[in-house]
Amino acid sequence: MLALSDFLTVGAILFCLSVAGIIINRKNVIILLMCIELMLLAVNTNFIAFSRYADDVSGQVFVFFILTVAAAEAAIGLAILVVLFRNKNSINVEDLDVMKG
Amino acid sequence: MFEQVLFYIFASMVVLSAAMVIFIKNPVHAALFLVLAFFSSAGLWLLLEAEFLAIALVLVYVGAVMVLFLFVVMMLDINLAELREGFARYVPVALLVSVGMLISLGSIVGSDNFGLEKIAGIEPYASDYNNTRVLGLAMYQDYIWPFEVAAVILLVAIVAAITLTLRTTRQTKAADPDHQVLVRSKDRLRVIKVVPEEEE
Repeated sequence: MLALSDFLTVGAILFCLSVAGIIINRKNVIILLMCIELMLLAVNTNFIAFSRYADDVSGQVFVFFILTVAAAEAAIGLAILVVLFRNKNSINVEDLDVMKG
Repeated sequence: MFEQVLFYIFASMVVLSAAMVIFIKNPVHAALFLVLAFFSSAGLWLLLEAEFLAIALVLVYVGAVMVLFLFVVMMLDINLAELREGFARYVPVALLVSVGMLISLGSIVGSDNFGLEKIAGIEPYASDYNNTRVLGLAMYQDYIWPFEVAAVILLVAIVAAITLTLRTTRQTKAADPDHQVLVRSKDRLRVIKVVPEEEE
């Protein structure tokens, strides 16, 4: 029989992989956005596992909202990426130094 | 037993495709592996009997968001070699951070705290259990205001994405209100005095 810890471990591995991805792909904005999507997926898996084992459907409602917000985030992020490429002709994070941050 | 086999297949597919997403060179291939990761975690969600969300993940994520990603990746002409610079330099740091995080997370979520001894395993729901109905009742009754807010967030995202990417310089045929207001009648209408020819 499957234990709750099995699903939580998959979520933890997925989250750590996406953190590693953010560190090693720190120049490519597209891969960075994909790693953020993977992180959200790990969190969603945790939410659904807890919701099932606690027998409470509220966790799944939260997953629905996370999916909504993640879709909005992806749309705006990619729009910013397109505008950025149009102006700078590059998606390298190191070229984004206009604001001298 | 059958469930466990399915779980390990889906879980290893999720982990492997997530690893491919972060290590592969070509962003198009990375997006396709991300699609695989979404598909296999939809399988995991089906094992947890969250059918509605599993289908929504495939339809919304694979069908819309990932296609958007692929469009953008293929539309941009990216210099890959430049973006891969310093890739190997960051691998040790990434390894250190993620392994450390995995060990600390694993000590929390491992089978010591959330194993079968602590939290009882799940029995499958009865055959007349309807996940979509239960989720819909919760969403439209207890969570109706958050639901409305989510709708507004989506609207804002639509407006923001269109405003960001709209080009107003060349292609659009829309009328410019500034010019419309500034027009004077004498710019448009010329009154000509016609002198009638005199009869001979």
